[in-house]
Amino acid sequence: MIEQTDKVHKETISSLRPGERGIIQNFSVDHIPLKLQEMGCLPGNEVLLIQWAPFKDPLFLSINGNNLAIRKEMAALIEISKVLSK
Amino acid sequence: MDKTLRVALIGNPNTGKTSLFNALTGLNQKVGNYPGITVEKKQGSCHLPSGKKARILDLPGTYSLNASSADEQLVVELLLNRSHSDFPDVAVVVADVENLKRNLILYTQIKDLGIPAVLVINMADRMERQGITLDIALLEERLQTKVVLVSTRKKQGIDQLRGLLDSHEQQASGQCVDVSDIDNSYFKHLQEAFPKEDIYRLWLVVSQSNDLKRIDSDLLPVNHYSERNTSEIKRLQQKETIARYVFINRFMKEAYQVDLTKAKDWRSILDRILTHKVFGYLIFFMVMLLIFQAIYNWSSIPMDWIDQGFASLSEWTQNKLPEGAFTSLLAEGIIPGIGGIVIFVPQIAFLFLFVSLLEESGYMSRIVFLMDRVMRRFGLSGKSVVPLISGTACAIPAVMAARNIENWKERLITILVTPFTTCSARLPVYLIIIALVIPDETVAGINLQGLTLMVLYLLGFGMAVFSAFILDRVIKNRARSFFVVEMPAYKMPLFKNVAYTVFEKTKSFVWVAGKIILAISIVLWFLASNGYSDDYHRAEEIVTEQVADNPPMSDLELQTAIASYKLKHSYLGVLGHAIEPVIRPLGYDWKIGIALVSSFAAREVFVGTLATIYSVGSEEEETIKERMANDVNLETGKKLFDFPTGISLLLFYAFALQCMSTLAIVKKETNSWKWPLIQLVMMSGFAYLVAMGAYQVLS
Repeated sequence: MIEQTDKVHKETISSLRPGERGIIQNFSVDHIPLKLQEMGCLPGNEVLLIQWAPFKDPLFLSINGNNLAIRKEMAALIEISKVLSK
Repeated sequence: MDKTLRVALIGNPNTGKTSLFNALTGLNQKVGNYPGITVEKKQGSCHLPSGKKARILDLPGTYSLNASSADEQLVVELLLNRSHSDFPDVAVVVADVENLKRNLILYTQIKDLGIPAVLVINMADRMERQGITLDIALLEERLQTKVVLVSTRKKQGIDQLRGLLDSHEQQASGQCVDVSDIDNSYFKHLQEAFPKEDIYRLWLVVSQSNDLKRIDSDLLPVNHYSERNTSEIKRLQQKETIARYVFINRFMKEAYQVDLTKAKDWRSILDRILTHKVFGYLIFFMVMLLIFQAIYNWSSIPMDWIDQGFASLSEWTQNKLPEGAFTSLLAEGIIPGIGGIVIFVPQIAFLFLFVSLLEESGYMSRIVFLMDRVMRRFGLSGKSVVPLISGTACAIPAVMAARNIENWKERLITILVTPFTTCSARLPVYLIIIALVIPDETVAGINLQGLTLMVLYLLGFGMAVFSAFILDRVIKNRARSFFVVEMPAYKMPLFKNVAYTVFEKTKSFVWVAGKIILAISIVLWFLASNGYSDDYHRAEEIVTEQVADNPPMSDLELQTAIASYKLKHSYLGVLGHAIEPVIRPLGYDWKIGIALVSSFAAREVFVGTLATIYSVGSEEEETIKERMANDVNLETGKKLFDFPTGISLLLFYAFALQCMSTLAIVKKETNSWKWPLIQLVMMSGFAYLVAMGAYQVLS
């Protein structure tokens, strides 16, 4: 796990609930694999949490229209701003 | 140089690349030595409208040229190696219409390498259902290429693609994204260091986390260029990716439109059920149960036919051909040996059928999603489920499938434990022994033999998971774990694809196993029907004398007694008796011992060996199973294949590593002899102890 001390108030993908959306704000390139970025995980793109597995891990996401799953550990490193649902 | 056009199919996984390959080449294809979905090099050929021949290479699924797995590295290295005999004259980039943007990332990378590239937009039949409209002309203009809409399901666009390949020389090979724009000074220095090379080729070599080895020799020194540290390189890679998306978005907004009101969203409905935290697991369990029951029950009918067929063939050969060494070799050596393996074709075909249905339909990714958390507890990844499930077909493609696991430690553990899963080669051994020692009865609606088989499968999985748990504690972690798995759209599996997979893999199984078995059968037959001792040559006299005092025997009984005496004193018998002390604690006699030793090459040889041993000297039309069931252990006077011996054998085969090919592939994948040797000693040693324990307790 990565140090989380000053991240308490920041929202990340792991704080989404199924059906909720967010816009990706920021993450450290050292911790997010290029492959995920190539799949559309880039600042400004939208992320939707489709489903989570038991214990909320891994997370089934739609990022920029691509359906994929990542672990909670990594999702917690990607900051977002939540989009209020209609 | 010949005039054959070299074409490479490149594309993201799950884009239907293999279907396109099948559609282009038909049956003119060659799969590498081992089965596995596009894991090994697959080649085929087709004729173009001009009459020219094209050689088509199906490259492993690749998300991008920035390699994060061994498969992707293979693709990148080939594309950077102009002198390689497989280097393509033209690349066909296969994209899936639903994820076009992401697929175009790879397309722009290949284009920027300067390789002429045609874009195939596959699964065009899904456009209407998803409410997608495309402006092909605009795409062609902006990408400076030809775009073909293909539906392999409806056989559309294939001829158009063939025509385009003919005129590939006219394909423009302009650049999409100029990496130099990302960081002018850095790329200027890089270019100055290697003035002769193209800047994107240089950048691709510099930016990879692994050194690229099999590339143009001029590019090799670029591996060691390091003006920036890893973290800075990663930042540049992100900028490059953004630049590519900017390039793509510029025209995709116009060229690609989705009308969500027209889209029928089957995926989310299915996913709500199939990845549900309760129903998801329940369905997964039911699917597995169905597979194993089906393998056991459905295939028993054709198997009985094959069994009877070979018994009759053997007898027919015996009677119709002139008597002599050749007839005896054929009837007692080769036919039963080959029959011993052909009989398992129905089951192996079923197994490959189910594994390929799971892959083709997209359900496999859901299993990965459901199982990741559980598997992680044992040092594995959700992706280890794929090797573990396909390991039920064969450990070799399964070990290769572990390439998709990004984390080295998780991958290594998966490779090490996969051979515990019950592969199709164990099946013949299990089936014959289960038939001999487990009653064919139904309790509470469940067939006991089928249940035993399922328990053996669970035991294999259980052992794999348990040893992973131990290994997780022993092996030091080398790299940060990360896990990204695509959840593709659900697809109705294409009959043609599934049929090819089942046919190719079953054929390769029978062919590879058949060759070994044929050779071993001949050797065994020779050893079993020749001897050096006096006992062997005078068998008839000795036995006749022995029985003279006893109550009279029928002619048949006498013949059987002579044959068995001869076998005992043949070369094979002598050899078997020599190793008997080692295996007696496990409840085996010398015949099983011979079968055991010969099956160290490959497990399924066990049955072929027993079939040969039990055929030598017998002239009855009996199936091998009947002969084995009637065999009596001379020392105990009980049936040889009784319950304790049967269980002991089942356990031995469940755990021992008896497969040369597995050892070879593990060596190749881990790049050292250390791991396969550890695997061999641990697995086989454990098998011996467990089998001995079980026999001693039960008998």
